[in-house]
Amino acid sequence: MPWEGAGFVLEVDGITKRYGDVLACDRVSFTVAPGEVFGFVGANGAGKTTALRIALGVLSADAGAVRWAGAPVDHAARRRFGYLPEERGLYPRMRVLEHLVYLAELHGFDVTRADGDAERWLSRLGLREHRDTEVQRLSLGNQQRVQLAAALVHDPGLLLLDEPFSGLDPVAVDLLSAVLRERAGAGVPVVFSSHQLDLVERLCDRVGIIQSGRLVACGTVAELRSGMGSTLLVEAPAAASGWADGLPGVTVLGVHNGQTRLRLAAGVDDQPVLAAALATGPVRGFTHQRPSLAELYREVVGDGA
Amino acid sequence: MSPARAVWLVARRELRTRLRARSFLIGTAVSIAVLVAFVLMQGTLFGAERATRVGLVGQATAVAGSLTEEALARGLEVRVSTVRDPAAGESAITDGDLDALVTGTPAALHVVVDESLDENLRRALNTLVQREVLRAQLASVEELDPDQVLATVADATVDVRSLRAPDPSHEQRLALALVIVALLYLSLLLYGTLVAQGVVEEKSSRVVEILLATVRPWELLAGKVIGLGLVGLAQLVVVGGAGVALAVFAGVLTIPSVAVGTLLWGLLWYLLGYLFYASVFAAAGSLVSRQEETQSVLLPVTSVLVLAFVLSFGLLTRAPNASATAVLSVLPPFAPILTPGRMALSAATGWQVVIAIVLTLASVVVLAWLSGRIYAGAVLRTGARLRLREVLRRH
Ligand SMILES: Nc1ncnc2c1ncn2[C@@H]1O[C@H](COP(=O)(O)OP(=O)(O)OP(=O)(O)O)[C@@H](O)[C@H]1O
Ligand SMILES: [Mg+2]
Repeated sequence: MPWEGAGFVLEVDGITKRYGDVLACDRVSFTVAPGEVFGFVGANGAGKTTALRIALGVLSADAGAVRWAGAPVDHAARRRFGYLPEERGLYPRMRVLEHLVYLAELHGFDVTRADGDAERWLSRLGLREHRDTEVQRLSLGNQQRVQLAAALVHDPGLLLLDEPFSGLDPVAVDLLSAVLRERAGAGVPVVFSSHQLDLVERLCDRVGIIQSGRLVACGTVAELRSGMGSTLLVEAPAAASGWADGLPGVTVLGVHNGQTRLRLAAGVDDQPVLAAALATGPVRGFTHQRPSLAELYREVVGDGA
Repeated sequence: MSPARAVWLVARRELRTRLRARSFLIGTAVSIAVLVAFVLMQGTLFGAERATRVGLVGQATAVAGSLTEEALARGLEVRVSTVRDPAAGESAITDGDLDALVTGTPAALHVVVDESLDENLRRALNTLVQREVLRAQLASVEELDPDQVLATVADATVDVRSLRAPDPSHEQRLALALVIVALLYLSLLLYGTLVAQGVVEEKSSRVVEILLATVRPWELLAGKVIGLGLVGLAQLVVVGGAGVALAVFAGVLTIPSVAVGTLLWGLLWYLLGYLFYASVFAAAGSLVSRQEETQSVLLPVTSVLVLAFVLSFGLLTRAPNASATAVLSVLPPFAPILTPGRMALSAATGWQVVIAIVLTLASVVVLAWLSGRIYAGAVLRTGARLRLREVLRRH
């Protein structure tokens, strides 16, 4: 097989999917390089799951193409993907180890390798004591860990994970973060969706923000920031409220404990703000803050969804 | 990985899961127990009384009243009817609508039966004939020679003609036929339903989404059908084999070779019928996403199976040779249950068996193809129950 192992690019090219009147995906394009972790964020119903299912190939797009290693994704390529569905999907009455071995075998592993790798992932994800438990008897978070093991057990060359962090405790979140970085380090492109923006910011090399089916922003967090101005924290105890109103390119985000948070539009000089603050009296603090992904997200998406 | 290996892996999971389940062992044990009870009760079951239907043609209609009385005196309930002509009567016997046809004159009655004449009915008819002959003798002879008269009267008996050679093992063959019919019906119903439930389980637990990322829909479907089919086959072998062995051992069954032949043909027909019905069950199951909806979507399919079973049971006891039975027995929904039953009675001709097999195989090919299409179109679409037309249109 030409794509045994990792090291290939995933290209999503203009995929479009319509459900009746709803455009679930509208010409969504992005690429994920080997070793890259790509985070997919967006409101509920924005189209993340739809895009991921199309990328995997369990859902067919109305238009557009998905390529891996330069070729359209076919059955043999798909077998090398690791997929975590949004809604958990396992046989409820199958035992954990047996289930993972079965999935690894379906991906082409012989039984020895399937067994070894399943055991390895179970201990890695803290499930060793549950290896002979029926899936349905596990707690929700542990079922989620099994589901992750199911996506990882066949050493996939591409990971497509739909909300992999939901339901995990903090220890498991750290565990999974480490696993994803490690897989990326091994040359695997990793795509995942999440609503935990701090986590996405920490973990991802690049981020795509999807809104109503359209990819409205895509790039590294730094790239997203660059087009977006900055946040300014001004501590001017004597300033009356409304002191910064009317300054060009400036939006007041809030006032708290004598500190005013301002949003400075891209390319706007901060010195007139300092001058205005000094005009009110003493200025004890004047700091630039890099906007968090959460702030960027609100900026891009706006107040409505 | 080759498709064959994918299919085998899926089938092996089904085999392991089912064979290990306690319900399988219990089900097999209960089936054997029921079968044994049936075999032991067999004698009383089939000795059950029912009115013997006698058709009368032409002058023979004159004996209607006296025949009923004479038969009743011998403990046999007879229901007489008038038949248009002998040919109509004979076909009524073949179709199982009549047990005996009486023609001729009261003094020289002829009886046509399917295989053999009930002894009580024979004596009743003989009495009637002898009475007539006696009356004629008394009327015609002037100088009566009593010995001569008695000898003539004693010679006068009803003339019996069988349409087919009598079969002394008929009762046992009928029991075998009914047992194989019941076993096939239960196996097809059980394992067909399990296929549908398995399809729905994979849909409702959404495991199908990760499975289909690695196996093709037809591989998953084929693996499931083959796996469950093998479990059903194993169960049928065990239950059928135990049934034959116990019946021979208990001395109820004196025709073991017929029994073994019936079982082997039954296994072949199980495979054919299972492929036929499992295709339909799988397609039906793929239309729903929740276990609670399974029963309603399966109802049409199970109804056909129940109909096939009830029809077979009735037709085999009353009219295994009727032309209507022969026609039904080659039609694919009924063939897998009715034909092995008729074969046990040796009522099916070789040609009928060949036609039944060919028709069933042909419909299995069509249904498997159609079912694969429906399944592939429906299996990833969870939510509301799907309509057949939208599934077929979309793919
Ligand atoms: N099978 C379907 N039939 C009809 N509409 C659908 C279907 N699946 C998704 N949609 C619609 O497509 C849009 C995108 O849904 P999708 O599940 O991709 O959103 P999402 O970004 O994953 O949301 P969430 O964060 O809630 O998981 C929604 O408006 C949804 O209602
Ligand atoms: Mg989603």
